[in-house]
Amino acid sequence: MSIPLSAFKARKYRTVSEISGPLLIVKNVNDAAYNELVKVETGSGEMRSGVVLESADGYAVVQVFEGTSGLDIERTAVTFLGETLKVPVSMEMLGRIFDGKGQPIDGGPPIIPEEELDVYGSPINPSAREYPKEFIQTGISVIDGMNTLSRGQKLPIFTEAGLPHNILAAQIARQATIPGKEEEFAIVFAAIGITAEEAMFFRNEFVRTGAIERLVTFLNLAENPAIERVITPHVALTVAEYLAFEHDMHLLVIMTDMLNYGEALREISAARAEVPGRRGYPGYLYTSLAQIYERCGRIRGRKGSITLIPVVTMPGGDITHPVVDLTGYITEGQLIMSRELHRKGIYPPLNPLPSLSRLMKEATRYTRKDHMQLSDMLYYCYSEAQDLRSLVAVVGEEALTERDKAYLAFGDAFERRFINQGVYENRSLDTTLEIAWNLLIEYIPESEWKRLDPEVIKAYCPKYRKEKSS
Amino acid sequence: MPSTGRIVRIAGPVVVAKGMKGSQMFELVNVGELNLIGEIIRLQEDLATIQVYEETSGLRPGEKVVGTGQLLSVELGPGILSQIYDGIQRPLEIIKENTGDFIARGVSAPALPRDKKWSFTPKLKAGSKVTGGDILGVVPETPLVVHKVMVPPDVQGVLEEIAPEGDYTVEDVIAKVRAPNGALHELAMMQRWPVRKPRPYKTKLDPIQPLLTGQRIIDSLFPIAKGGTAAIPGGFGTGKTVTQHQLAQWADAKVIVYIGCGERGNEMTEMLERFPELRDPRTGRPLMERTVMIANTSNMPVAAREASIYTGVTIAEYFRDMGYDVALMADSTSRWAEALREISGRLEEMPGEEGYPPYLGARLAEFYERAGRVVTLGSEDRVGSVSIIGAVSPPGGDFSEPVVQATLRIVKVFWALDTALAYRRHFPAINWLTSYSLYLETLEEWFRNNVAPDWPELRKEVMAILQKEAELLEIVRLVGPDALPEADRATLEVARMIREDFLMQHAYHPVDTYCSIEKSYLMLKVILYFNKKVREAIANGAPLTRILRLPVREDIARMKIVPYDKIKDTVEDVMRKIDEQITSLVKSQKVVVV
Repeated sequence: MSIPLSAFKARKYRTVSEISGPLLIVKNVNDAAYNELVKVETGSGEMRSGVVLESADGYAVVQVFEGTSGLDIERTAVTFLGETLKVPVSMEMLGRIFDGKGQPIDGGPPIIPEEELDVYGSPINPSAREYPKEFIQTGISVIDGMNTLSRGQKLPIFTEAGLPHNILAAQIARQATIPGKEEEFAIVFAAIGITAEEAMFFRNEFVRTGAIERLVTFLNLAENPAIERVITPHVALTVAEYLAFEHDMHLLVIMTDMLNYGEALREISAARAEVPGRRGYPGYLYTSLAQIYERCGRIRGRKGSITLIPVVTMPGGDITHPVVDLTGYITEGQLIMSRELHRKGIYPPLNPLPSLSRLMKEATRYTRKDHMQLSDMLYYCYSEAQDLRSLVAVVGEEALTERDKAYLAFGDAFERRFINQGVYENRSLDTTLEIAWNLLIEYIPESEWKRLDPEVIKAYCPKYRKEKSS
Repeated sequence: MPSTGRIVRIAGPVVVAKGMKGSQMFELVNVGELNLIGEIIRLQEDLATIQVYEETSGLRPGEKVVGTGQLLSVELGPGILSQIYDGIQRPLEIIKENTGDFIARGVSAPALPRDKKWSFTPKLKAGSKVTGGDILGVVPETPLVVHKVMVPPDVQGVLEEIAPEGDYTVEDVIAKVRAPNGALHELAMMQRWPVRKPRPYKTKLDPIQPLLTGQRIIDSLFPIAKGGTAAIPGGFGTGKTVTQHQLAQWADAKVIVYIGCGERGNEMTEMLERFPELRDPRTGRPLMERTVMIANTSNMPVAAREASIYTGVTIAEYFRDMGYDVALMADSTSRWAEALREISGRLEEMPGEEGYPPYLGARLAEFYERAGRVVTLGSEDRVGSVSIIGAVSPPGGDFSEPVVQATLRIVKVFWALDTALAYRRHFPAINWLTSYSLYLETLEEWFRNNVAPDWPELRKEVMAILQKEAELLEIVRLVGPDALPEADRATLEVARMIREDFLMQHAYHPVDTYCSIEKSYLMLKVILYFNKKVREAIANGAPLTRILRLPVREDIARMKIVPYDKIKDTVEDVMRKIDEQITSLVKSQKVVVV
């Protein structure tokens, strides 16, 4: 920030003229900077914080993070602090817990900053980026086999209330490794408007696996101020950027639940009486989400990376909900949880058909030659099975041909043996692909293996490998 | 005299300044102590409303705003190709060298390198009469593209001096033109043009040549013409960007302008990493040598996103004026429309549908109208074209939303991406039942003359089979496949072959990624020949189940990965096998019957 902000020291005003939703309008202000940090003192002496959303000759609009409940027009004092919103960062943050604005809340000492960084950061120059291609093994078949994750990727989990997304996110955090590499890694966990119980679950998981030493936690729980949620993801990513790009660490950032972020944004927008876009969400929702998600990635010539897994609830299972939809447009794929699979007792209940990892083709270039083709083959067979299931529902199983029955049987076995696995089961990629081959051998005649090159079949299919060795 | 005012209001990317009398609409201004770049988008007495192309955090009322007297313009001249620019033509590579991996504010760098010397060969002699568009000389900008240095559109007169063959920078004067009114124009290789004003041309021509893309479903079923317009709408994950990248790679245009408008940073990175490695199928040179990229990713300032498509199309028109075929890809126009909506909202304009400004349709039409095949300015009547292919990202994949609908009213080709196809990994996920091309008739003659006389009939037959399949599938859904007669089940099988063995195309397979129109023709020919033979066989009593087990089907399925130079032999071979295998099947059948 090269504005000579020092020239503007803290200025205190008692000229609040209007309070509306989370917003204050302060009159007779002529020099508030856009996005300037503000301290708000209530009549009873309580201190709150906020930022300037709009500044003009004669007034400033201030958004109060903790909400405006209890504020009054006469006694409220507003101090413009002469700086924009910054967060102190340091290696010391590893292992600590902070609130949604980055203040320690674990009773430990304050952070002695190595640097103070602007929470909104700056966009990465597109020509400085490096394309993510390093395969991360999560130990989960349906991810590794069919929707592989890469270092520097942003891959959200779209879920519904009551599904085990937290268990899955924790399992990914616990198991994610780059096969054959030991490198400095850290996890940033940002809770955005979730319950204390859910936050505790994550904490216990990380304690149990010893990751707690390498974990930075930001908690904005359901009981915390809703407006604060609009900066929590930015604060978390600022710390992640610092650890990744200044300290060469590999960061896995988990954010849950981004729906709450969207709702906080909508609340502010409504209070400002802005023209709404879809379903009351502001027109800039896409830009706001992009400014969060696009902060992850890799940079050429720097060792560290940021991989992001946001969890987004689809209200009522609606994948067209604006927060979900726009997230899907920005992230590099999506993992979609299915209530139907969950009901069948399949864990993780990830439906591979609508799920997608856009970076898979790159990542699989460095794994095994049969990986991508097998994945295509599984997709083909499972989607055939799904189509046939709906056909059977109408005409009954008798009407099916032999070929169709084979696919139908494959569908069930695929769910039970490939998708389904234990919460603490960590499958290597080889194991995952072995299961896939065996399913094909057992259920699908070889003449149907159209997406597999003959050479690949000869080289990798266990059937031929055994023949060779015997 | 440029005006100087001071800021009175800041709200996001929109700033209002007072004391701006004398400014003009769309004038560039420098905002605040940091000299952020902005553009005037509304004037009211001495108040100017400015959209700022950089993040406005920290700006405060009272800071100065200085006009530049210039409209938002691009620099045109040698050095554009292989570059990656942001939405207002700042060179991102150079900005990275100057200020690091993150884009700082208030930075600027000239779009064209000032110190680089280009080898200029004059094409005109002193004393000749010149008019806008005449070619002064040529510069071999890249091995793929000869850059023609033209007289700017608004200049004419007598060429008094022209520089001899030699090396010059883009700013060196290479020609002097005396206008009829006596004024002397000193011309350099670089010229400027305001982005919001279409570059002039003489006349528009009918689009009668296809822009071949190497993508089978596009070239054979829904072709786009050179100078035409197309839209690719699709929900997330349906492959808009992959399709756009494929077109950028394989379209038979001389120059490609690719605009990443409000999309992912990694997508631009992917192009930056791959294009220098990929070879042009016709010349064997790296594709980067004919490509210009405009990257205004989703996290970059929203106002510059609004400008990016104009920057891109102006560059495209400039190469068109040299007599080249240019293809422009804009990914995605929805993000551009959202930028328009955001700015409009900040201006407190009355919203139209879904909060978009009422002039959304008009702006989109203006943009697509800059496409076309034209006779360019200049005395030699060159023909050049700009084709525009815009991706649209409808919220929730809903094609009834305002941006898709406004786009469909303008464009002539519609490639509808289908979520259901994408789920089953049928790529490109272009739905053959809902897509259309309005160029079929105008291009028919070209296809007859250059591919095969029976091409249009072949295409119609394929479409008829696919249409029939859709109808039959309705029935199957009700009563099951067994209820269909053999002939209809054969149609289903042939349609499946068309879908899987022809329409599906693997973007990352070394051979399959590009399919010449000749190869497409031969592949279709084989599949339809098989169709004919199957019908004859069924009429002769051969059961469909046995026909389907014929080994030749495997050969048909593998045609797509046969390299172009072997396809002719392969096709003859496959046709022969079809004959043999079906004949012997029919024979054996008859024996059994007897």
